[in-house]
Amino acid sequence: MSAPYAKLPAWADYGLIPLINLAVAFLVAGLVVMLVGENPIRAAVILVDGALGRGQNIAYTLYYATSFIFTGLAVAVAFHCSLFNIGGEGQAYVGGLGVAVVCLAFDSILPWWLVFPLAIVGAALFGAAWAFIPAYFQAKRGSHIVITTIMFNFIAASLMVYLLVNVLKPAGAQAPQTRNFLEGGQLPKLNWMLEAMGFTIRSAPFNLSFLLALAAAFFVWVLIWRTRLGYEIRMRGYSPKAARYAGVSETKIIIITMLISGALAGMMALNPVMGDQNRLQIDFVTGAGFVGIAVALMGRSHPAGIVPAAILFGMLYQGGAELAFEMPNISRDMIVIIQGLVILFAGALEHMFRPSIQALFASLGSRSTGLEAQQGEGS
Amino acid sequence: MDFFHALILVLDSTVRLSVPLLLAALAGLYSERSGVFDIGLEGKMLAGAFAAGAAAAVTGSAWAGLGAAMLISIFLALVHGFASITHRGNQIVSGVAINFIAAGSTIILGQAWFRQGGRTPSLPGEARFGAIELPFAEAVRDVPILGDVYSELISGHSLLTYAAFLLVPFTWWVLFRTRFGLRLRAVGENPAAVDTAGISVSWLRYRAVICTGILTGMAGAYLSMAQNAGFVKDMTAGRGFIALAALIFAKWKPVPVMFACLLFGFLDAFAIRIQGTPLPLIGQVPVQFMQALPYILTVVLLAGFIGKAIPPRAGGVPYVKER
Repeated sequence: MSAPYAKLPAWADYGLIPLINLAVAFLVAGLVVMLVGENPIRAAVILVDGALGRGQNIAYTLYYATSFIFTGLAVAVAFHCSLFNIGGEGQAYVGGLGVAVVCLAFDSILPWWLVFPLAIVGAALFGAAWAFIPAYFQAKRGSHIVITTIMFNFIAASLMVYLLVNVLKPAGAQAPQTRNFLEGGQLPKLNWMLEAMGFTIRSAPFNLSFLLALAAAFFVWVLIWRTRLGYEIRMRGYSPKAARYAGVSETKIIIITMLISGALAGMMALNPVMGDQNRLQIDFVTGAGFVGIAVALMGRSHPAGIVPAAILFGMLYQGGAELAFEMPNISRDMIVIIQGLVILFAGALEHMFRPSIQALFASLGSRSTGLEAQQGEGS
Repeated sequence: MDFFHALILVLDSTVRLSVPLLLAALAGLYSERSGVFDIGLEGKMLAGAFAAGAAAAVTGSAWAGLGAAMLISIFLALVHGFASITHRGNQIVSGVAINFIAAGSTIILGQAWFRQGGRTPSLPGEARFGAIELPFAEAVRDVPILGDVYSELISGHSLLTYAAFLLVPFTWWVLFRTRFGLRLRAVGENPAAVDTAGISVSWLRYRAVICTGILTGMAGAYLSMAQNAGFVKDMTAGRGFIALAALIFAKWKPVPVMFACLLFGFLDAFAIRIQGTPLPLIGQVPVQFMQALPYILTVVLLAGFIGKAIPPRAGGVPYVKER
């Protein structure tokens, strides 16, 4: 993809350039803050304090980050196969259905530690099923996965509203949501972990699915870089022709990759549905599927980058909520702008600063870099 | 006669609902035919709607609103061009980014400037594109059938509606009967050939995305100045994606685009009309199913079950000049 660009030292490629891109995104966000007549530096201070200032806030930050780790991993796995899964939002929404079905069926007869593994399977299965149809059409019929997954987001929204209003809502209830899950359908909170470190927390939704998210991140690393399947995924992503020549079935790889991606997106539902609200309600995903795109781009599709990127976005979500109290002109929608800017500068414009940085490295006189750069240009 | 009048009313709202889709889909046509995929139609339309609502509220002039809508949409289209043409970035990623930037900033700026929860102030009549009564519309109203068709269906729309439908033959003419159109289509199919002929690929694609900006601006202006009296947050509500679906459904051709938009507009109008009343034979159709139908149809089409939709060959691929 970056054929016309020369090589840089690894630390510049994986550290410097993403940092510059991110810095520019936040600078532009600062300009927007100025445009609405607030002080961007004060806004940043309030935001960081609101995200990390007290134990309570840290717990909320990690709660949001949990969702973003799942959706970020989902987008990243697809990226490795050069597929753009924009349907994380819909897959997570339908994944919530899987969680709810399991919880509603078993919450009165089984303890949570038996329901939890079943709910994981339910979320992953439903999320994967929702990704299967776009994957199948891409692999077998060549329809563009970006368009079909967007369409499936809308179809999922309609489907879930229909199911919640007409099927899952308990008789006589007004709000379109399921009944509250009993004890067996509620994940234990992890607030004690922060309390053990000396923070005080009144109540926060930070729950066990955070550990599952970290485990999923590790699983994705093993899958992509340490297994044969991961190698095939990356090969098909890097060069479909080479993969075909090497005897990798493209159909199989596309479908398997999307199933894994959809399963990861679906598992995001565990965090809000089973960990916090303890019922399935309309629009519980609230854009987390889309945040995953920014997280994956920022984390360069590597779990070691995705986890910190997800925590950063968790900080933005939690800090942004606090910011809205302090500055009347700024609401949480500021995060949507920052998200867009991060996607723009870390994604679409990721090569913008590369030529000037290359020139800088060349002029710094490190001969090997300069030579490499020239060879790179020539090829 | 009652049935006929009801039909005319449904068709009338079909026209109203399909105009923003039509303008946005034609906008996408220019860009995608030149080889630049654009899933940021939604965002540009939203930003245009906001700019139109804000400028018309401040100046009191509908034309100032339209101008502002076009300017901001062109700006966003140029950002998309800068990322995907100049810097050869991923066009899908860039479009997604523009959607988010527009969704967030229209709410933040709207709240900061007007303090009405993300709305712009309600526009008075002269700051909107109101209905235009065509000549004799009143006089022929009582003529059976034809009078109804003329005075309800054809007359009484806003200027932007008539402009949108006139843009269909105009776009066809530009794309298939002018030198610019030939080159624009060529650059979407085989940019290397266009480059060999000594024509700048980048400049052609930039002109195409500027056309996209102008038309998405009009689409946005229609939403906030003709269909409604002012901007409401998230007022595009996925129309940019339905327009994209219509564009694919119509296989990137101007006249079929119009019919696809009318079809999707009709589905919408029909769904509103039959809300709560069961249909003969089928029974009660859930509203949600009708809302999802355009998306389902597009997926079915994309899968090749109703003819095959083949995008411009060089679509989505940044052009790298050989050295």
